[in-house]
Amino acid sequence: MTAILSVSDLHVHLGESHILQGVSFDVPDGGVTALLGRNGVGKTTTLRALMGLVDRRGRVELAGESIQAAATYRIVQRGVGYVPEDRDVFAGLTVAENLRLAERDGEPRYELVYELFPELRQRAKQRAGTLSGGQQQMVAIARALLNENRVLLVDEPTKGLAPLLVTEVARVLERVSELTTVLLVEQNLGVVARVARDVVVLDTGRVVHIGPAKELLADTSMVNRMLGVA
Amino acid sequence: MPALPVPERKMSTLILLTITGLGLGAMYFLIASGLSLIYGLMGVLNFAHGAFLTVGAYGAWFAESKLTAVSVLPRFLLAALVGLAVGAVFAALVELVLIRPLYKRHIEQVLVTVGLALAVSALVVAIWGNDARPFVAPSWLGETTSVAGAHIPNDRWVEIATAVVVLVALNAFLRRTRYGLIIRAGVENRAMVTALGIDVRRAFMLVFAIGGVAAAIAGVLSGVYFGTVDPARGTSLLIFAFIVVVIGGLGSLRGTAVSAVVVGLVQQYANYYASSGLGDLSVVLLLGIVLLARPGGLSAKLA
Repeated sequence: MTAILSVSDLHVHLGESHILQGVSFDVPDGGVTALLGRNGVGKTTTLRALMGLVDRRGRVELAGESIQAAATYRIVQRGVGYVPEDRDVFAGLTVAENLRLAERDGEPRYELVYELFPELRQRAKQRAGTLSGGQQQMVAIARALLNENRVLLVDEPTKGLAPLLVTEVARVLERVSELTTVLLVEQNLGVVARVARDVVVLDTGRVVHIGPAKELLADTSMVNRMLGVA
Repeated sequence: MPALPVPERKMSTLILLTITGLGLGAMYFLIASGLSLIYGLMGVLNFAHGAFLTVGAYGAWFAESKLTAVSVLPRFLLAALVGLAVGAVFAALVELVLIRPLYKRHIEQVLVTVGLALAVSALVVAIWGNDARPFVAPSWLGETTSVAGAHIPNDRWVEIATAVVVLVALNAFLRRTRYGLIIRAGVENRAMVTALGIDVRRAFMLVFAIGGVAAAIAGVLSGVYFGTVDPARGTSLLIFAFIVVVIGGLGSLRGTAVSAVVVGLVQQYANYYASSGLGDLSVVLLLGIVLLARPGGLSAKLA
C-alpha cells in the first residue's frame, strides 16, 4: 500500500533534551494508523514536528512531496489537518467563529460537520471557552474536518472525556477514517482496537514496533512490554 | 466676564479637568491601542511605537508646511492624511524589515525597537532641529466652547471624538472581518492559527500598520493639543501608553480604552487637586495598585 505520509530519521531537540531520536515510519493511504507509546515517549512531539510546530531535522514527505522545510500554514494548505492534544479552541471566539476561522477553500464542509456534531449548530453563538471538554473536542475535530485533507493528525482526542463521550469520539473517528487518512495518538486501547488498522509504537524517542493493530493488541505481553497497560 | 460664585467655579473647573483628562486619555488610547494589539498578537514589546507617532506628526507638519497655497482647513485635513499614510507605511516597513526576522527573539526585538526609537528621534533632530515646530490648525480648534461655565478648548472634543471613532472602527474591524477574526484568535493562540492553514504574518503586518495609523493620529492630535510637534513627544507619550496597556491588560482593546480614560483623568485631577506635577506619580501609583489587585490588568475582567 502506498504511503500518504512518510517520515524518516526525524529528530527533535527541546532545550537540552533529545526528544525524537531518528523516528521513521510510513502512514499508509486510507484508514487509521495509531501512534502509541507510554507517556513522554514523544508521540505529541512527533505530531507537532510533522506540523512544523517545533524545530525538527529529518525527512517528511506528503504523498511523495517533501514538506519538512515548509511553514506550518503551508503544510496545512497542502492537506494536513491537525487536532491538537489540548483541543486549543479559541476560548474568546464563538463556535461559529472557530469554524469560520478554519475555512480554507471555497466549499467548507459544514454539512458533514453538522451531521457528525449536530450540537455545534445549536451552540454556534456560544463562546468556545464556555463549552464542556467534550464539546470543545467536537469543535477541534470539526475545524479539521471543515476542509478536505489528505491526512489528519489527531492527538489524544479522548483524553479527559467521560466514557460515553469516548464512545462518541470513536464513532466519529470511524466515520472520519472513511473520508481521509488518520494518524492518531491515543492512550485508550479500546478506541485503538476499534478504529486503527496499523500501529507505530514509540519508546524514548525511537520507533520500536510497526505492524497491524490487531496483531499487537492480541499479544498482551507485547502490549505490556511496549505500552505498560496490559 | 463676571466671576462665577465659588460652587459654580468648582464645578466648571471639574468639568474642564474632566474633558481635558478625557482628551489626554483619548491620545493615550490612540497610541496604546496599537501597542496592545501588537503585543497581544505577536508578543512584541514595541519600544519604537513612539517613533510611529513622531513620524506621523512630522509627516503631517511637513505636508502642512508645503501646502501653504491651500486654505487652513483643507490643508490641515490633507496634512493629517499624509501623516496617517506615512505612519502606516513606516510601521508596516518596520514590521517587515526589522521585526519579522526576529520573531521569537524577544531580547533582540527590544534592542532593535529601542534602537529604532533613538535613531528616529536623532534623525528628526538632525533634519529639523531640537526645537518644537509650530503646528497650524484651524482656528476653531483653538477656541473654546462653554459648558456649565467651563470654557473647554474645542480640540479636546475633536480628540475625544476621534478616539471614539477609532475605537468603534477597530472594534468593527476585529468583530466583522476575517482579518479581525485572525487577530483575535492570534492574540489567544498564534500557533493554532497557523495550524489552521493561516499565514499569520500578513495579520502581523496589518496590525503594525493599524498601530502606525492610530499612533500617527495621536501625533497629529498632539500637534493640535500642544500647538507644536517636537522630536521627544513620541517617547514621552509612549511611557504613559505603556502604563495604559499594562493597566488595561495586554491585547485587550476594551481594557485599553477604559485604562486610557482612567489614566488621563487621574493625571489631570492629581495635577490640579493635589499638586502640579503629581499627576505622573499618581499614574505610576495607580499602575502599582492595579497590578497588585489584578495582575492581568483590567481586561482580566473586561475582555
